[in-house]
Amino acid sequence: MGKTLYDKVYDRHVVYQGEDQPSILYIDLHLIHEVTSPQAFEGLRMNNRVVSRPDRTVATMDHSIPTTDRSLPFRDEVAKKQVKTLEENCREFGIQLFDLESENQGIVHVIAPELGITQPGQTIVCGDSHTSTHGAFGALAFGIGTSEVEHVLATQTLKQDKAKTLAINIMGELPKGTSAKDLILSIIGKYGHDFATGHVIEYRGEVIQNLTMEERMTVCNMSIEMGGRAGLIQPDEVTFNYLKDKQYAPKGEQWEEALSEWRLLYTDDDAVFDQIVEFDASEVVPQVTWGTNPGQGAGITDVVPSPEDLPISQRKAAEKALQYMGLQSGTPFDSIKLDKVFIGSCTNSRIEDLRKAAKIVSGYKVTDSLHALVVPGSQTVKRQAEEEGLDQVFIKAGFDWRESGCSMCLGMNEDIVLEGERCASTSNRNFEGRQGKGARTHLVSPEMAAAAAIKGHFVDVRNWVTKEREEVGS
Amino acid sequence: MIEPFTSFTGTAVPLDVDNVDTDAIIPKQFLKRTERTGYGQFLFFDWRFENGKERQDFILNQDRYQGASVLLARKNFGCGSSREHAPWALSDYGFRVIIAPSFADIFYNNCFKNGILPIVLSEADVDMLFQRTNEKRGYQLSVDLESQRVIDSHGFEAYFEVTPYRKRLLQKGLDEIGSTLEFKDKIKSFEEKHRIYYRIDRNEKASI
Ligand code: SF4
Repeated sequence: MGKTLYDKVYDRHVVYQGEDQPSILYIDLHLIHEVTSPQAFEGLRMNNRVVSRPDRTVATMDHSIPTTDRSLPFRDEVAKKQVKTLEENCREFGIQLFDLESENQGIVHVIAPELGITQPGQTIVCGDSHTSTHGAFGALAFGIGTSEVEHVLATQTLKQDKAKTLAINIMGELPKGTSAKDLILSIIGKYGHDFATGHVIEYRGEVIQNLTMEERMTVCNMSIEMGGRAGLIQPDEVTFNYLKDKQYAPKGEQWEEALSEWRLLYTDDDAVFDQIVEFDASEVVPQVTWGTNPGQGAGITDVVPSPEDLPISQRKAAEKALQYMGLQSGTPFDSIKLDKVFIGSCTNSRIEDLRKAAKIVSGYKVTDSLHALVVPGSQTVKRQAEEEGLDQVFIKAGFDWRESGCSMCLGMNEDIVLEGERCASTSNRNFEGRQGKGARTHLVSPEMAAAAAIKGHFVDVRNWVTKEREEVGS
Repeated sequence: MIEPFTSFTGTAVPLDVDNVDTDAIIPKQFLKRTERTGYGQFLFFDWRFENGKERQDFILNQDRYQGASVLLARKNFGCGSSREHAPWALSDYGFRVIIAPSFADIFYNNCFKNGILPIVLSEADVDMLFQRTNEKRGYQLSVDLESQRVIDSHGFEAYFEVTPYRKRLLQKGLDEIGSTLEFKDKIKSFEEKHRIYYRIDRNEKASI
């Protein structure tokens, strides 16, 4: 019997296959950040242990840092201490840290791919559930808790049982005016917030093959939002072209060797998945979530649903969500007014996302009563956007243009949505209180968020009239 | 060190909400601390408190459930962020057992590292436990890890699955890192054969 992509990557990393314990799996790359690591380092110190492979550990700070002027001192003392703790830990244990002064700093799931550290066939872990993002490269990547962070620091391995496998075959063609974000939100909306629990997902089919690397990252990023342990996409020429010449990607002879290894990373024709579903992409419309989990969403042309129209098992949660969201059933989505718009997060803050949003925004102005911000995923994305003049498009339209970080995705810094405020957000979670206590989050694509910022309410971007960008600079 | 888990009896409290995420269990404003302890006071913070006062409409605040140590929950409990602060908060508050029809993977795994036993029972069994908890004040559940059973004193009995390794983790309070380090040589020889195609330099500022 053939092997799935997941089997192949997993099997290549088994150090020890135990009978009375889960296998010991080797970890190729361990990403760490300020929020979920301090207690792990403390654990090491308490037990007189060291970091086994500092050269396979990469750190950055992204979650709790301010996105405003970095030359100013931190206003939040507790966050400052957390960032300092990470600096001290990295210094003590010899770990490479892309700190706030580094030109490589950014959201951990944005920087590892763009630096070429994320590579096909690797095992990658991070104390963060959106580690699934890296699966876009055909790497087995998943989030872990702090105890496991400590385990990986000390041993460069993890104990893990094999997961079940789920193939999502995506057929048809993604319609014009829709995006990878709409695709993944539609999938989660159709199958539910916990559909993939216990499974590693492989996204397959022509639609996936036609996505760019950044779009694939958007899809894999949200695997965890349907409960998936990880999300995978078979690496192909798109992947290899993306990686070639990246700062940490192999060069010369090494590149050729790596390529020949990476080309073996695919699911065999006769491999068997535990579960297979087929999804038709041709019916995808721009999505807006109306509830408090990413599975509670609908198309922009729909209305806010009535709980009675949903399956019984979903009704109670829908009622609670609508109440929290302050929404009436039957309300058309394009009449929902917004207070904030956030373009950013590890789902949608890469250069292509910003280009798409800028294209919508160009020549328009943000509605007066609304606060809109763009937070690039990394310093590299920010520099690139500035080179292309995208920053000026956003600034002219009335957006804030910020330094890179997680920002309003989880509101650990000052970028929060206030109680009762409504926000269109390109992030990945619309949980109660995610962007701030009492904050009402609607997940959308960058294009939808940009258009909503201009109009002050949701609009169908498929009908958007784009204006030519005036020459910037001079 | 975490208290070994063998058998346990405690008061149950029913949290009748689907998809309880870890943002709800412990909101992000409490993730800036660098300690591992003291999170119980922040458990379900935004649901538990309003303007600094306890909300009477939240189940954990009701008199009859004070001192509860068995949490009855609904499907997909612990979804969302991987933050281990969630089990830290639950355990610090006093919970040792969580019963639900399903759990999110990362949360489920994190529980075992923190002396909490997450138990999956069928929807029907969980429904029955919710009903009994609502009806009987001071309703208690007992869990025997060795035989993998949940029982009450009114005839309820259900078997639950747990892998032998995880069971041992709770029963013996295993030092997982220590036990993996016993395979140090195996890891070393694996590393010698295994190719990695990136090179990260050590932190130049390193003090060692
Ligand atoms: S951007 Fe949001 S989801 Fe992504 S790592 Fe940061 S906080 Fe987590």
